Amino acid sequence: MTHTDAPRSPQTSAASIDAIPLRHPWRWVGAGAILVLAALFVYGAATNPAYGWPTYLKYLFDERVSQAAWNTLQLTIYSMAIGLGLGVILAVMRLSPNPVFGAVAWVYLWIFRGTPVYVQLVFWGLFPSIYQNIRLGVPFGPTFFQLNLQGMSIAFVLAFVGLGLNEAAYMAEIIRAGISSVPEGQTEASTALGMSWWMTMRRTILPQAMRVIIPPTGNELISMLKTTSLVTAVPYTLELYTRTRDISAVIFQPIPLLLVAATWYLVITSVLMVGQFYLERYFSRGASRKLTAKQLDALARAQLGEGHL
Amino acid sequence: MTAMVRAEQVCKSFGALEVLKGIMLEVQTGEVLVLVGPSGSGKSTFLRCINHLERVDAGRLYVDGELVGYRERGGRLHELTPKDAARQRRDVGMVFQHFNLFPHRTALENISEAPIHVKGVKRDTAVTQARELLDQVGLSAKADAYPAQLSGGQQQRVAIARALAMQPKLMLFDEPTSALDPELVGEVLAVMKRLASAGMTMVVVTHEMGFAREVADQIVFMDGGVIVESGAPHEVMTNPKHERTKAFLSKVM
Repeated sequence: MTHTDAPRSPQTSAASIDAIPLRHPWRWVGAGAILVLAALFVYGAATNPAYGWPTYLKYLFDERVSQAAWNTLQLTIYSMAIGLGLGVILAVMRLSPNPVFGAVAWVYLWIFRGTPVYVQLVFWGLFPSIYQNIRLGVPFGPTFFQLNLQGMSIAFVLAFVGLGLNEAAYMAEIIRAGISSVPEGQTEASTALGMSWWMTMRRTILPQAMRVIIPPTGNELISMLKTTSLVTAVPYTLELYTRTRDISAVIFQPIPLLLVAATWYLVITSVLMVGQFYLERYFSRGASRKLTAKQLDALARAQLGEGHL
Repeated sequence: MTAMVRAEQVCKSFGALEVLKGIMLEVQTGEVLVLVGPSGSGKSTFLRCINHLERVDAGRLYVDGELVGYRERGGRLHELTPKDAARQRRDVGMVFQHFNLFPHRTALENISEAPIHVKGVKRDTAVTQARELLDQVGLSAKADAYPAQLSGGQQQRVAIARALAMQPKLMLFDEPTSALDPELVGEVLAVMKRLASAGMTMVVVTHEMGFAREVADQIVFMDGGVIVESGAPHEVMTNPKHERTKAFLSKVM
């Protein structure tokens, strides 16, 4: 049995259309007006001494600042990793048929979404004072492993753990929404093929949920980058905002250093956005009827070569 | 010889709504049973009970001599563990009204997915087998297409191939052509006919009376959660004994 899915191309081809494209004069006017306004603003900013451009340039690539930017990026990535990992677990727990898991996840969300992240970070900063020692062993019995928290400088760890635990609560809701967006038929088809509940999640549901999960997660990631400026509450002071503020407090020039911090935040955000673009493209495979370049090639070749498929 | 499917007084309710009220039937190995009836008559629910997508509330349902969803021990029924229930489903293929193909996988990947990840078949073997199945349903040129790029009829044929890839001993079809454009119905029915003539045991819920007449060994008319009438297709279709069967047939034929 052979199928001819595309009609055979006719032997005589009509002349291709050579129409005058629709003009959009008002777009040009609008763009021009905006350009003029932008130029005025840039000129004003460049000539205004309050911006302190020489100071800006001096500190933009200052080692303390670039180190702080690196610390900020690390905080962001580590806390998002915790948020994402724990978020998946919490979302799956909430949706699992096991009521114990569901209740645990609900209480976690209730606490971590219900209190400000700043308050949580202050709490994590005080954690070593509350629990001076962590001992692993049998309760009231022998100890196998002991960790003295007060003797360690763990502000950085506490900072990203604190941010990550808070983020997990929000990520859990985003992931849950993503999972719920996958039609029930997908679960049924997987179940009917003999897949376990967990395999259905991993192979069928989560990959499809990713398409819904990624855009708000990109938002969360960018938002996290900026939330790291709150870890001064722990207190951890070597991230971008606090570091530039500390420098400006010494040299009495807050505006250029604010601009330095803003520039770095913007650069990091831009890099993250590029990553998001490629992730979105990967997980949107199969979502559109449009053929990929590779598929179009194959079809065109088939049309030229074998006549029919 | 045990029947492939044996239902004894199968009952099923959703809350207070009784959907199945004591279904009794048998499907022998190699037989094709067609379930017909108005919507809401419980035929899809019964089909879903056969592979335990719905649990039976009362009565017994056996597939190949094995109780579905439960284990009988010491005179009492014990629910199967999810693992055992999944093992039971592996041998029963199911085709859905809305295809339910995995949209993020190509046609080929849809078919090889379960053999590789559920059965543990080697990837090469599974892919070769998937290509053969695609060829059988006339879609070897579409191996790398995603479901969204296929017509409804093509999607349903891939879905049939996907179910067959698990080498089931029984195939369930839940209104496989109801979501298709009329011109695409034929290609799906053709695949099903070939499957039936190859000796596959099938339970089919459908409104395609032509298919029922041609392929079915047994036709069962359900209404209101009970079997109203059953028998050989030409008997039930040309000479229905019950008023409800007559009324229904006059509408669909």
